[in-house]
Amino acid sequence: MEFNLLSNIVEFCNTEKKNMAQAMLEYEMRNKHLSKEQVLDGLKRVLLVMEDSVEQGLTQIVMSPSGMLNNWAKTVYNAKTDTLGPALKKATARAIAVGEVNACMGKIAAAPTAGSAGIMPAVLVTMMEEHNIPREKILDGLLVSSAIGLIFAKNSSFAGSEAGCMGETGSAAAMGAAAIVYLLGGNNDQILEAVGFALKASMGLVCDPVGGLVEEPCTTRNAVGVANAFVSAQMALAGIKSLIPADEVIFATKEVGDLMSPRLKESAQGGLANTKTGREIQKRVFKPAS
Amino acid sequence: MSEQPSIFDILGPIMIGPSSSHTAGASRIGYVARQLLQDEPKKAIITLYNSFAKTHKGHGTDKAIIGGILGFGPDDEQIRDSHEIARKQGLEWEFKFRGDTARFHSNAARVKLVGKNGGTVEVVGASLGGGRITIQEIEGFSVDFHAQAHTLVIIANDVPGSIQHISGAIAEKGVNIASMFVSRNESLANMVIELDQSVEEATLKKISSFSWVKFVRLVEPMIQYSSRYEK
Repeated sequence: MEFNLLSNIVEFCNTEKKNMAQAMLEYEMRNKHLSKEQVLDGLKRVLLVMEDSVEQGLTQIVMSPSGMLNNWAKTVYNAKTDTLGPALKKATARAIAVGEVNACMGKIAAAPTAGSAGIMPAVLVTMMEEHNIPREKILDGLLVSSAIGLIFAKNSSFAGSEAGCMGETGSAAAMGAAAIVYLLGGNNDQILEAVGFALKASMGLVCDPVGGLVEEPCTTRNAVGVANAFVSAQMALAGIKSLIPADEVIFATKEVGDLMSPRLKESAQGGLANTKTGREIQKRVFKPAS
Repeated sequence: MSEQPSIFDILGPIMIGPSSSHTAGASRIGYVARQLLQDEPKKAIITLYNSFAKTHKGHGTDKAIIGGILGFGPDDEQIRDSHEIARKQGLEWEFKFRGDTARFHSNAARVKLVGKNGGTVEVVGASLGGGRITIQEIEGFSVDFHAQAHTLVIIANDVPGSIQHISGAIAEKGVNIASMFVSRNESLANMVIELDQSVEEATLKKISSFSWVKFVRLVEPMIQYSSRYEK
């Protein structure tokens, strides 16, 4: 069973009278010779790790070995000012929490990468809390997000060294946006519109990690990626169109990634990594002898 | 149809951060070295090359490799404290750093282990990204395998018919050979044999009983890395 475009998945859904979660469940069962229970157990484990990583970042002391991250998730979670109500503030804190746990050698589920691991947990935990969505349905949300990731991986790239941060937090935001639309009852067309919005907002985003570490700016970019997911889903659910179909947007991310200089793709040679302060931090963290 | 990606390649792997290449992959190289030693390691000398050498500190590469040598999987939280655990278990270790070595992959490590019963092994592995690795060198022989299948590694005198004897010993227990790679080094031959299922102890004993066989090791895949379904 093979899907090469998002439109292939939608066609399959239309022909087989299935929703996107059911289509992906069947994809995994058929290709990997697994039972439905085995796939769902795997998803439950991923969700548990995601929830634990959020919880850890919000409750434990998390300061990265480099000192660049220092318990920011809790700071945001407990902030007195809400820019747009507590939900956005908490979602922001959750994404940072996972980024901090990852930087501190905690356990995370790369979704799709370790550097973008904060977005899906923040989206899903926030959806459970704000919309009282039961866990079983959240697993369907994971399946829908995997459809987006699958096609993005085939036609573009998750690797920061190939597609920059667009490939990491950009694809994660698109996966999150798709899950939100699905969980709030949107149809397949709306899911694809949300993917288009999220990726268009991430187009050309560079990967310029200070010192080459998965910390700055990765962690705060994860938080902004969560906002991207919710805003993109909001637009799609309202019924406005992305104009450029999601599959074509994905091909555009591939073209843009290819055009980006290697200095801006994970090599820590350009952008923020190459600023005066970025270089100073790098020197401090990697001073000789250990 | 080529092998299709699993949804658990996208929603996963579950791993100890921060980096799938510099942390998860590094731990797997240590883990394979431990399997090739086939003994409790008491001493480890690890050389990190290129990017591993330059950025190991910020990525916990050193903790991950020691964790693998202690037998921890890439999602085992003990990796974070692997140096303390190693000290308690009496494992001595030493790291060397070679920053710019074109001969090796950008994320490569050489692991030399000495076992409590005196055995030694020397392995070079490279981390390819996403937690995937390739083993590039064992005991000075060039090899290339990903440690995702049941893999037999054999070093033997290069005598005529050796391959037939070994494949016969495997086949007589009904085990299928998926691939076989042979390299030669003067009078010795190295065989890397990937199998569809694991072999019994008896098969390993039979192969090591051949007078011309010097070294037989079985590397078992880590519990399928990107798709661990057990709870």
